[in-house]
Amino acid sequence: MYKKDYSDRKYFIIGFIVLIAIGFVVRLFYLQVIDNSYKLSAKNIALRTEIAYPARGRIYDRNSDLLVFNDAVYDLMVIPGQVKNIDTTKFCKLLNIGKKYFIRRLKKAKHYSYYKPSVFTKQLSKREFGPFEEKLYEFQGFYYQTRTLRHYVHPIAAHLLGSIGEVNLRDLKKDSYYRQGDYIGKSGIERFYEKVLRGKKGSKIVEVDVHNRVTGSFQNGKFDTLAIPGDNLYLSIDYRLQAYGEKLMQNKVGSIVAIEPSSGEILSMVSSPCFDPSLLVGRQRSENYNMLLHDTLHPLLNRAVNGTYPPGSTFKLINALIGLQEGVVTKHTLFSCQGTQSKPIACSHNHRSPLSLKDAIAISCNSYFWKTFKAILHSSKYNNVHKAYHEWYLKVRSFGLGKKLDTDIPYQRSGNIPDNAYFDKLYHKSWDALTVRSLSIGQGEILVTPIQLANMVAIIANKGWYYPPHFLKSTESIDTTSAKYHKRINCLIDTTYFKIVQDAMKKVFNNDEGTAHFYQTPLFSQAGKTGTVQNPHGKDHSIFVAFAPVEHPKIAIAVIVENAGYGSTWAAPVASLMMEKYIRDTISRKQLEKRIMEGDLIHNKTKKH
Amino acid sequence: MRRRDKIFGELDWISILLYLVLVVFGWLSIYSATSNDFSRNLFDLSQRYGKQLMWIGFALLLALFILVIDAKFFSAFAYVFYFLMIGVLISVLIYGKTVAGSKSWFQVGSFAIQPAEFAKFVTALTLAKYLNGLNMDMRQLKTKVLSIVILAIPAILILLQNDTGSALVYFSFVLVLFREGFSGIIIVIGVMMAFLFIVTLWFGELYMAGALVLLVLVVFALLRNIRKKWRLVMAILALSVAFVFSVNYAFEKVLEPHQKTRILVLLGMKKDIHGAGYNVNQAKIAIGSGGLTGKGYRKGMLTHNRFVPEQSTDFIFCTIGEERGFVGSFVLILLFVALLVRLVFLAERQRSSFSRIYGYGVVSVLFFHFAVNIGMTIGLAPVVGIPLPFFSYGGSSLWAFTILLFIFIKQDANRLNVL
Repeated sequence: MYKKDYSDRKYFIIGFIVLIAIGFVVRLFYLQVIDNSYKLSAKNIALRTEIAYPARGRIYDRNSDLLVFNDAVYDLMVIPGQVKNIDTTKFCKLLNIGKKYFIRRLKKAKHYSYYKPSVFTKQLSKREFGPFEEKLYEFQGFYYQTRTLRHYVHPIAAHLLGSIGEVNLRDLKKDSYYRQGDYIGKSGIERFYEKVLRGKKGSKIVEVDVHNRVTGSFQNGKFDTLAIPGDNLYLSIDYRLQAYGEKLMQNKVGSIVAIEPSSGEILSMVSSPCFDPSLLVGRQRSENYNMLLHDTLHPLLNRAVNGTYPPGSTFKLINALIGLQEGVVTKHTLFSCQGTQSKPIACSHNHRSPLSLKDAIAISCNSYFWKTFKAILHSSKYNNVHKAYHEWYLKVRSFGLGKKLDTDIPYQRSGNIPDNAYFDKLYHKSWDALTVRSLSIGQGEILVTPIQLANMVAIIANKGWYYPPHFLKSTESIDTTSAKYHKRINCLIDTTYFKIVQDAMKKVFNNDEGTAHFYQTPLFSQAGKTGTVQNPHGKDHSIFVAFAPVEHPKIAIAVIVENAGYGSTWAAPVASLMMEKYIRDTISRKQLEKRIMEGDLIHNKTKKH
Repeated sequence: MRRRDKIFGELDWISILLYLVLVVFGWLSIYSATSNDFSRNLFDLSQRYGKQLMWIGFALLLALFILVIDAKFFSAFAYVFYFLMIGVLISVLIYGKTVAGSKSWFQVGSFAIQPAEFAKFVTALTLAKYLNGLNMDMRQLKTKVLSIVILAIPAILILLQNDTGSALVYFSFVLVLFREGFSGIIIVIGVMMAFLFIVTLWFGELYMAGALVLLVLVVFALLRNIRKKWRLVMAILALSVAFVFSVNYAFEKVLEPHQKTRILVLLGMKKDIHGAGYNVNQAKIAIGSGGLTGKGYRKGMLTHNRFVPEQSTDFIFCTIGEERGFVGSFVLILLFVALLVRLVFLAERQRSSFSRIYGYGVVSVLFFHFAVNIGMTIGLAPVVGIPLPFFSYGGSSLWAFTILLFIFIKQDANRLNVL
């Protein structure tokens, strides 16, 4: 078969190759020899990516009073590969640092990367950085980035606001948004609302000349992204009430939690000893943190959510409600008491006997509630102590006890309400009301946190329901307000029974026999319950729960003062003053206020009252 | 008369020398681009220049191995290789590892191998074997279609790996087909259609149609004797306009959004989706600042401070441009042209059409890489990530190019044994 010879086409192919090559040579000649603009730009520019850090969202209180804002500081950055011929002595003098520090920091930066920027010195204030900034052009390879630090208007609410620190390895792994050296909310509100507050970082590619001066943005900012500032948060906290609470609690160990019952909004959360939140900001952060960490009073511990205590006599309210619900007691039921001779649980003091339910709450009779508790567990309705106990357990838990609250507070403890399995294991299944009798007066295995206690009394104020206690009121972008804080949760007690218990709690103040009748005031109606909690490690804890005004509760409160003795001595007046402060905004009981504020239970200077 | 058993005597030392010069030149550039002040050991395997040195050693062993085995081995097993290759390309789609968006790597221990690199010489062998048949005639439709199928299978599989650059390499085999008698007209029409396609996407179909009509009017006005063929011209015009409108329709309606994006990126119409505009700008600054004679070896401020992304792989030419200036770049281009022309010459002197066709395959692949790689660093071609042969950092590409070249050198050394 005839085959045509195409070998002439090789000339075409060679021609094509040579043509392209000539094209390249011409182009290169133009780029490299004729056109000078590239030479100039290479001499003058090195490109640098600067991260634009957004301003973190500000935090306001419930009345839109500013609590937290930002301050500009400067991070001095270094690219070791570009550091050339610098006057070290001058450098150190301008920055007020030692030569050793200089060498150490540069070595560390080199160790990380020769080409990527590292932080040389962080968080320099305007005053520290000013003199250096003027001479920055003399130091090739150095530049600065503006950062923001938290600044607090009032030295309060450190625990609930939380603090910000540098990201750790786990944060870096979890969220690719963060880079080494970025800040992240470490605790409290700052941690929980990190994503709302942080905003979005931007980046900017800038051209810098050989003198390290920024000569302009690269390609008119085509590759730049703007930083988007974080959202502002409006908290449910009332900063005046918070500051007042912290003042009342000075020189005492303990906690106050106040909630608006109708909304579940936390009005104030005090954990004492308190500290100034600005201690945990800036370069002193780690030093101060260590100081606080090693303090014997554990100021870093947020006792409001992490301190667990037996509720003591305040728990009688719950046993009364469950007794009423189960029908084993009515408001007319009378039980007798032998005072300090009572068996199996003694009463702390001798009083008239027998007592009705309301009087038993007002006077805080132990016998009455032991008998109520026994009646609940041996109720004919269940005919089985363990089954009855389980029903009791479920009702107690429906008050939000023994479990973490579904809310915007990181790191809560759940407290403890022992279940059947626990006692089955402990007593090899043979146990009854007598075995677990401590539970009748809120002692024994029961543990609650102050916020749970405050929520419990808010439920009583609401007559049987609650919203999860929370801090968030609103944010600038409405969408982030969580719907779950607007979902009503009912407890397992009928509304009608709460009236009886509320009346009894009123008697705690109004009745001459009431355990808090010293703190009665004609200015507004109060309802409360004292608790004196036995503490194997020392003096009893003083506890008080209350709400006011009784008719339309605006505030429900729990106060715990550790190792302070009777609930009526310290916790009750603190709670009463807090309620007055919130409802009336002024304090009429100056004498009482003075006694509480000056009371020092830490340094043992005060006399007993 | 030459002694036929003396293989090394018949080797084309010119191309081997050019190969060695390019490899050495390449390694020096990689050393400059990746060395730092922390490690000065040339054999440091944690550094790219150290690894490349090891790969060069293996590449030379591979070359030697190819030279000592029987020349007929490759033509005999071409189809076997081809089907093996298809299997490997499919399995990399399933079991492969994704690097920089392309699922085209097999991880073997601490090293990654890219099968697409090796598919090139296998395809060249297969095409040569197929066209080598005695009754083959490019003028037959069946031959044309089957040749294109042989090229399209690996190209499509590699495109599925999201490695557009390597897939485009198969277009270069058009050069082989052209040499073997594939109609020049068809190629011209193909090129014209590609041109129309791109320009239409650039300017929009209405402008294009208008421009075509205008062009015809100008042609009629200027060339008197073409007026007699007005029917033909009008037909071409009608077809072109129809094509222009169908391009837009096909692009908007048929293609998926991510396919559209890829085409637009390829054409340089959607710039910084991968920061490609940034790369080219940096590369141009680096090359342009080299001047006539360059800044001196390892003195490239931009390349040495890592201002050019991918500078040891796809943008290795920047190092030459900045440090050796126009003179160095010119010498490099000269070296490549010399190698390509030498290979064309060798291909033409083959007695068997298998060796000749394979030789042209080698020329096509090397030329395409050369043209597109350097073209993109100096802003003349869209940024598609393909390496500069023998130069860029990377074991897979160096080995694949070495095998590609040395199979041909072996065929050439053996040419007198072919009857």
